[in-house]
Amino acid sequence: MSPMQAPSSRPTSLPEAATSGQPFHMQMADTKTPTLGEASKLSATDLVFHYGSFKALHGISLQVFEKRVTAFIGPSGCGKSTFLRTLNRMNETIRTSRVEGEILLDGEDIFKLEVSALRRRVGMVFQRPNPFPKSIFDNIAYGPRINGSVSRSGMKDHVEQSLRRAALWDEVKDKLHESAYGLSGGQQQRLCIARALAVDPEVLLLDEPCSALDPIATAKIEDLIFQLKDSCTIVIVTHNMQQAARVADYTGFFLMGKLIEFDNTTVIFKNPSRKETEDYITGRFG
Amino acid sequence: MRHFEQELEELKGKLLEMSAQVESAVQRSVSAVTQKDRSAAEQVFRDEARINELQIEIDEFAINLLATQNPVAADLRLVVAALKINTDLERMGDLSVHIAQRALSLLTEPVIKPMVDIRHMSALVESMVRKSMDAFVSNDADMARSVLASDDAVDSLRTASYHELVSFMEKEPRNIPQALDLIGITRSLERIADHSTNIAEGVLFLVKGIDVRHHAEARQ
Repeated sequence: MSPMQAPSSRPTSLPEAATSGQPFHMQMADTKTPTLGEASKLSATDLVFHYGSFKALHGISLQVFEKRVTAFIGPSGCGKSTFLRTLNRMNETIRTSRVEGEILLDGEDIFKLEVSALRRRVGMVFQRPNPFPKSIFDNIAYGPRINGSVSRSGMKDHVEQSLRRAALWDEVKDKLHESAYGLSGGQQQRLCIARALAVDPEVLLLDEPCSALDPIATAKIEDLIFQLKDSCTIVIVTHNMQQAARVADYTGFFLMGKLIEFDNTTVIFKNPSRKETEDYITGRFG
Repeated sequence: MRHFEQELEELKGKLLEMSAQVESAVQRSVSAVTQKDRSAAEQVFRDEARINELQIEIDEFAINLLATQNPVAADLRLVVAALKINTDLERMGDLSVHIAQRALSLLTEPVIKPMVDIRHMSALVESMVRKSMDAFVSNDADMARSVLASDDAVDSLRTASYHELVSFMEKEPRNIPQALDLIGITRSLERIADHSTNIAEGVLFLVKGIDVRHHAEARQ
């Protein structure tokens, strides 16, 4: 359990209107309805990010709630992917980048953690499937072997379990030692999710995971997201607003490096508080 | 204007056509009763077909928008409100037909009581119908709330009229058929007011995103 279980905590940058005057469905007691203020897994405060002299994030404060799906939406260049990549310090590979502010993972400052330990706990899957030029089995076993987290004798079971969690096992169980490149795009993307799951991350960051996939492969990934949230906290960046509406418990709308609105997904898509959000999701933006 | 916005305007336009038809039907059915106007009653029967046609057209149009455009936020609320308002308007059309049918059976008989309370009640109901649709057209939450406030007055008038007509029946059994017609008319007027209230609630959902049904305190 997270040590950060402050029931009254809520994203500090939330506009007051987003939480006051809630519609009735939000006021009813319903354990399935995500409510702002539940257990926080990741917490960002006043996060500022620069690419050289360009300020990409202007003081973002929000919370990612435990075992929930949080989606970030917004137009290209709004900072949503930058923010996502900051959550496991992936942006540090960019030489001219600079970050200020605080991100806590279960109350621990992620900038004080050893980066490889952080990335074991906070895994990431990218827009385009990027399997290693290895067999399906070795793609999954790669992380646990490096970490030494799984014994040699237990590896076979662990690979199977990871592939099952990514809903890929039945499709690949007879060709585990064939090249991962022989899989379809959708299968490769689920393989990448299985590879991320193989090191048992607590948080999974998905950066537009379906943008290169057809609708059937997309539906499989979305089903997978529903299953994974029982065991994992998921943060997804997507250009597909209907996907955010379908899979996410919470949605944050970014615009020009700022978090404009963050709320329960149904509130965002039914009755957003901010005009900018309304204009963007209804396609009247710009 | 984007194509989708044009389609939303078209949806509103169809609903306005329907509401104009329904408003006329309510007015004519009341005239048929209070003025003993047979032609007004017959016009209500003829116009019902167009109201039914429009109901199907509007439902189909709105469902197509849901299926193809994935509306969200205010656009979603507009399409959902349109579907609900459409159902209420069609029921109001049916109730006008009921009133017109009763009017025909009253035509040949001398009236057992003056029509003052029916006139009073129908004026209030017609104003609720008009205001609820004006609130829809102009996205006016205050006007929608004023419709909600009128509903209780209509209910009181109907109850008073009911007790009076029951006493007429008790006094003179020959009055029973006509009193039952008049009770049916006031009942239909009260139901029309209820549907206007539903429309006003739909307007509040559309404009404010709030659901005030069954929450008296939120209707203020």
